[in-house]
Amino acid sequence: MTAPLIQTESLSKDYSVGGGVVHALTPLDLTIGRGEFTAVMGPSGSGKSTFMNLVGCLDSPTAGRLLFDGEDVSRLSTDALADVRNRKIGFVFQSFNLLARLTAEENVELPLMYGRVPRGERRAKAVKMLGLVGLAERGHHRPTQLSGGQQQRVAIARALVNDPLLLLADEPTGALDTRTGVEIMALFQRLNDEGITILIVTHDPEVAEYAGRVVRMRDGHVISDERNASPVRAADVLGRMTAQAAE
Amino acid sequence: MTWMDSLISALQSLKVNVLRSALTTLGIVIGVGAVIAMVAIGAGAESRVSELIKSLGSNLLMVTPGSVTQGGVRLGTGTRFTLTEEDAESIQRDLASIVLAAAPTVRGSGQVVSGNVNWATSIQGVTLEFFDAREWEPGIGRLFSQEEVTGAGKVVLLGATVADNLFSGGDPVGQMVRLQNVPLEVVGVLARKGETGNGGDQDDTVVIPLSTAKKRVLGDRQLRGNLVHAIAIKVSDASLMEEAERDARDLLRQRHRLRDSQPDDFTIRNLSQIMETRAESSRVMTLLLAAVAGVSLIVGGIGIMNIMLVTVTERTREIGLRMAIGARGRDILTQFVMEAVMLSLIGGIIGVTLGLGGSILIAELANWPMLIQPQAIVIAVAFSAFIGVFFGFYPARRAAQLDPIEALRYE
Repeated sequence: MTAPLIQTESLSKDYSVGGGVVHALTPLDLTIGRGEFTAVMGPSGSGKSTFMNLVGCLDSPTAGRLLFDGEDVSRLSTDALADVRNRKIGFVFQSFNLLARLTAEENVELPLMYGRVPRGERRAKAVKMLGLVGLAERGHHRPTQLSGGQQQRVAIARALVNDPLLLLADEPTGALDTRTGVEIMALFQRLNDEGITILIVTHDPEVAEYAGRVVRMRDGHVISDERNASPVRAADVLGRMTAQAAE
Repeated sequence: MTWMDSLISALQSLKVNVLRSALTTLGIVIGVGAVIAMVAIGAGAESRVSELIKSLGSNLLMVTPGSVTQGGVRLGTGTRFTLTEEDAESIQRDLASIVLAAAPTVRGSGQVVSGNVNWATSIQGVTLEFFDAREWEPGIGRLFSQEEVTGAGKVVLLGATVADNLFSGGDPVGQMVRLQNVPLEVVGVLARKGETGNGGDQDDTVVIPLSTAKKRVLGDRQLRGNLVHAIAIKVSDASLMEEAERDARDLLRQRHRLRDSQPDDFTIRNLSQIMETRAESSRVMTLLLAAVAGVSLIVGGIGIMNIMLVTVTERTREIGLRMAIGARGRDILTQFVMEAVMLSLIGGIIGVTLGLGGSILIAELANWPMLIQPQAIVIAVAFSAFIGVFFGFYPARRAAQLDPIEALRYE
């Protein structure tokens, strides 16, 4: 067992909605080790988004503790949380969330800007990251000049540019066609092979098949937590798809 | 996020919607432009007035014969001459504590001839006090001597315009001219004074001794004996103007043997006061117009606030994303305040340019004086930046206080 990256202790989150209280997350104890590729699954309202927001340090819990990289982040100020997000977490969203007026390179540079990295260093790092996701040639394109898959690759490059400990992806293939989705999953698996911890929130069972661990949630509880020693390799799936198309 | 990053980021955002940015800054452009133009024209008018006061001679009271009543009919100013050389001497002697000089003057007009060139101009017959009262010295040559003043010396001082016209650049000192056919020696040329308050040329004149004017040049058809057209009184200090005016009035009424029931047979005018009044009214006018322009600046600021609120709403997802990747509230605040400041600052700079251009154009076309004051430009630009901060702060704070989760979910 590797040293834990994320450890929750009786983590809970309540929302007050129109006078009543909704328990979005009932006391939850979950540990995610370094280097794991975890998929969190569940229907809407299952608490998976709440869990992701807490792990992503976008929100603070109502009760309980959340240890991230050994640090208790459950009572941090908003500025301190912003700092943790900037240094340790990379976000990938369903709708990419690239800034349309910036080039791919400038989009990738954004987290470095908030991390106060000097200008010249930023550009070099952004170029390197775009190379890593296979978009070395597209640095000066704007998002509107890129396909959906390319846009998501830029978003992944942006998430990786700060050398985060955790890559947090929210329905990363939701806006993509099947083949492009598999390509993105292949990229995630490659990154995971290189050691980065990945947490994907999804309701798509096919996406979950690529993960080494699947956590299912319902009504704020974890209902199952399964490990898969030999997940489907996205690269193999791609190979088969190419072969089929050739026939 | 450094200041430089915020600045570049702000400019990038403004570039996306050029038309909107341009329209938003329009209020600031117009406001700043109007303020700059108003201040330039107002300052120009004021400096012209103070120049005029200086050229007339400061602390000057002008006494002219007043209206007289003959058989119930009031005749206009100057219809009868009531002032004498002795009145002037008496003022100078009896009010010596507050009066520096009292200069009797006779006026006329005539033709000056030098060789085959001639020029029609005004003639002033003066005593030596005139030069003190008007603060007017020969630019070249010399003043009259006391003997020339009392003994009807055949000498003349030319105004600069007259010298230019008669001698076109040559040295007139020592030359002979004929004034109304009386040969006079040019002893000097008076320093240039410029325009009068109503556009006349103060240098288009010749000055001769009072006695010469009365005995030789103008004759005494109008002014018998020791009568004069006017007396200029130079008061020793600006604070004593009212006292001097009152004392001179009492003295002249006494000398003219006026009963209490009789009106003055002379008029005393305070020239700098008249000018000051005119300056004051133009200042008030400038202030009013600048206030209107200032209102336009406020309206422009509200326009910026309005657009910034729209921008913040439109870019809610962007704000959410920036927060997710590590922007603190302060970074977001800086970014949007910077955008508002850029809008108003660019507006301010364009406004200054247009305002300067406009006031130069008005000065050229309408022949108004104008004075560009560097501090007005600095203040206008700084104030427009301040408007950006002031009106940009509220929308920016709204952006900075967004919840990143809500913002990311915003459609």
